[in-house]
Amino acid sequence: MSIEPLWEVFVRSRRGLSHTHVGSLHAPDATMALRNARDVYTRRQEGVSIWVVRAADITASSPDEKDEFFDPAGDKVYRHPTFYQVPEGVEHL
Amino acid sequence: MNDLFVYTLRLGDDALIAAQRTAEWIAAAPQLEEDVALGNIGLDQLGQARSLLQYAGQVEGEGRSEDDLAYFRDERDFLNLQLCELPNDDFAHAMARLLYFAAYQQLLYEELLSCADETLSGVAGKAVKEVAYHVDHATQWVLRLGDGTEESHRRMQAGLDALWPYTAEMFESDDLVRRLPVAVDPSTLHDEWDRRVLAVVDESTCTRPEASYQHSGGRTGRHTEHLGYLLAELQHVARSHPEATW
Amino acid sequence: MLAGMDSFQATIDADGRIEPRDAMPEGYRKTLIRQIAQHAHSEIIGMQPEGNWISRAPSLRRKAILMAKVQDEAGHGLYLYAAAETLGVDRADLLDLLHSGRQKYSSIFNYPTLTWADIGAIGWLVDGAAIVNQVPLCRCSYGPYARAMVRVCKEESFHQRQGFEILHTLCNGTEAQKAMAQDALDRWWWPSLMMFGPPDSASTHSEQSMAWGIKRHSNDELRQRFVDMTVPQADVLGLRVPDDGLAYDEETGHYRFSEPDYTELYEVVKGNGPCNQQRLAHRVKAHEDGAWVREAAAAYAAKRVAREGAA
Repeated sequence: MSIEPLWEVFVRSRRGLSHTHVGSLHAPDATMALRNARDVYTRRQEGVSIWVVRAADITASSPDEKDEFFDPAGDKVYRHPTFYQVPEGVEHL
Repeated sequence: MNDLFVYTLRLGDDALIAAQRTAEWIAAAPQLEEDVALGNIGLDQLGQARSLLQYAGQVEGEGRSEDDLAYFRDERDFLNLQLCELPNDDFAHAMARLLYFAAYQQLLYEELLSCADETLSGVAGKAVKEVAYHVDHATQWVLRLGDGTEESHRRMQAGLDALWPYTAEMFESDDLVRRLPVAVDPSTLHDEWDRRVLAVVDESTCTRPEASYQHSGGRTGRHTEHLGYLLAELQHVARSHPEATW
Repeated sequence: MLAGMDSFQATIDADGRIEPRDAMPEGYRKTLIRQIAQHAHSEIIGMQPEGNWISRAPSLRRKAILMAKVQDEAGHGLYLYAAAETLGVDRADLLDLLHSGRQKYSSIFNYPTLTWADIGAIGWLVDGAAIVNQVPLCRCSYGPYARAMVRVCKEESFHQRQGFEILHTLCNGTEAQKAMAQDALDRWWWPSLMMFGPPDSASTHSEQSMAWGIKRHSNDELRQRFVDMTVPQADVLGLRVPDDGLAYDEETGHYRFSEPDYTELYEVVKGNGPCNQQRLAHRVKAHEDGAWVREAAAAYAAKRVAREGAA
């Protein structure tokens, strides 16, 4: 068993974008996790900001619940702008 | 000999020999993440060495390249600090060395930023960010090893103590640095270095290394026996094929 | 609504990706753990044959490139162990399996790097073969493995080129350099061909892995692709591929080549290669020498947590 916990790493690749999950690593604590993440995941200038989160602290939806979680959104097409018809000649809408 | 050439060579040799030692950890570090981290640090040091040696060759004006200077000089011609050439021993020694050396480089490069030589200030501008990270990396480990387990505390203390006698050499002033306008007189860096390094030592729960006999000689090419072996390994392929390009 | 294994099969059939918390057959999980771990082990053992040349690289530029490459391999090992961990295993346990010889790594790393030209040959041939093997894995049915491989392949694109460049420089250099390059090709050619595994007729895991979308092409298909790709490159270098049976077949558009001596491969897999013991011993030593460091870091973190709790 690893004595160092697993951390999930999120990198903002450039200003204006969200942090995206890029992978994980082992580190003894948050300070080292952040530094390791810098060395491992941004050696080619891939990022301008990093988050690290202890993998054990993430609460995830369960794949067994995926139908009740995500299917109900499937019939709500009116949430998408393409659902609506716009008369010809109307702009900036 | 040209003062600027010698001065640049000193800084370049420090970085080159340090890089050679740092690289020894790749594939031998305590954990995979540390292989990667020390790889970055070694690459930074090597990058500094290349810029400085290239510039030294240019200043000398005899057509010597960075490789001519790295591969075709003998032990007595190398001007690096003895601190840089000592063997890695264990990880605590390596982190003690990195703390001592990177903290010195950080202060030095901070000063060189504003020197009148554009190339040197340019190298310093890039390197100052790199060595700040090296200081931080060494600091994190000295704290963890010093305040970790009994064994790690003992080893960290041993590393700090063993390398302390090689630290005064970093701050030795001589005619050359006093004469050369762009050079930083390293004796002016000592107090701040002491303050920064000892703050880390204190926080790590290690005790400050005791004042002791201080070794010297690297700046005039008098080295420990270790440098000969290091150079033999570094240079042997290039010297076996002196006419070759790679 | 599809649950459990039905959902798994439907996803595979639709060429979709399986993600860590999805239901999956135990065999699928085990096969992946074995393959990803072996892949990760290969990356970190693979650091050694090249790493031992960092100190001797004949120019500072080459030294920097090699250092970056070996460092990348540590990074790639790390990505892959992380992918394996999403299947519920722990990196430390996988390392134990490597150290105790219960999990394998690619046999290619049990050959010695004897001259500087070997660093070129490894980049050109070994990384070349690895890329042929790995590119299809970017479409592997298991999401975390596929994503790790996308990252690995992207970063590795420079590895093969730098190897070719080393050899190209040697081949345009002195007679001694050129001889060094030919010698390296002579020694690395056959082991590189064997990197694709045993011939299809003798491969034990292939069929099921293909059905699960873990493997996309057979060993022999990939081996052929590698030969077709590499032989013209050897011509550019002016080096001779050490195979008298090598010939271009106009009809098929492929090179015909001789069968590698697989008995050698099996011996190396069994542990009788020139460097098996050396590689493993080096790895175990690094791990054991680092134990007190890892323990110290954990102890420090625990003290911090305790102090913060008390404050």
